[in-house]
Amino acid sequence: MKRFGVVIFPGSNCDADVYHAVRDLVGAPVDYIWHEQRDLAGVDCVILPGGFSYGDYLRAGAIARFSPVMEAVAEHARKGGLVLGICNGFQILLEAGLLPGAMLRNSHQRFACKYVHVRVENARTIFTRAARPGAVWRIPIAHGEGNYFASPETISQLERNGQIVLRYCDARGDATPEANPNGSVGNIAGICNEEGNILGMMPHPERCCDPILGSSDGRLIFESILGAPVGAAGVG
Amino acid sequence: MFIARIRIMLKPTVRDAQGATVEKALKNLGYEEVSDLRIGRQIVVKLDGQQEQEVRRRVEEMCQKLLANPVIEDYEVEITVAEPTSPSSASRPADEG
Repeated sequence: MKRFGVVIFPGSNCDADVYHAVRDLVGAPVDYIWHEQRDLAGVDCVILPGGFSYGDYLRAGAIARFSPVMEAVAEHARKGGLVLGICNGFQILLEAGLLPGAMLRNSHQRFACKYVHVRVENARTIFTRAARPGAVWRIPIAHGEGNYFASPETISQLERNGQIVLRYCDARGDATPEANPNGSVGNIAGICNEEGNILGMMPHPERCCDPILGSSDGRLIFESILGAPVGAAGVG
Repeated sequence: MFIARIRIMLKPTVRDAQGATVEKALKNLGYEEVSDLRIGRQIVVKLDGQQEQEVRRRVEEMCQKLLANPVIEDYEVEITVAEPTSPSSASRPADEG
């Protein structure tokens, strides 16, 4: 069974939730990785969790991307290892250039903390293969800078390559402007790199792996990674 | 000793939602004459160095590596020589070696 590692940066605050979701709710082996470690101890999937690494000073993720562990993360990714960046983790991957584009402050200038819907645009990635294409998930967001931006050329490339993995949508699955919680271009909520082994997403799958929290759709990300077949969780 | 003053702004092609919000706030206060308000940041830093050209080169590197995000931001660097600090005018106690 694949092993997970959750990186802790100074200021990360979703590390424990990710650890709990993976170990106790999904049932996979998981370790913490301190940001100063230069070695990932052989994990299969590194998770960069949400939070406010380095206080979001300068720009969200701008300083964390230079943490010693990030060299190992880049090398791990280069060799095809899996990397999942959630919220601040996504911001760190963008600043590190491991994913293309950048984050701007939410267009309405407010911190958005609520459940939203996302549509699975690409169900062929390792992170989404347990979902049906076009599946609509209910998943919470909590961010002030989730307004994804990239040049028109980059966006075209992402579209062509199927690198747009998750898009904000309404409950029916329509990616309308009203369903966009932060102004991100094309309602983009999550993207992967060309090779498909790095996923960055703003919503928090670790916060919806338990029906008692309002949704279990987040499990599909972790179950996909573990190799669950389509429809394994019975939803999505 | 040099002082670098770095101004970082969002690229003109990026929508500045914060700027637009502040512009609206100014208009609500009666300043109808404002338009195209954009907000950036300024970083001021002292640098130990001998040659302005080398100092500038290093600052440009700092901007490209960390201080600005080239995907969404442009930056401008201004380098000046730091004013030498004036010697203290307080006299020392007579018995100090």
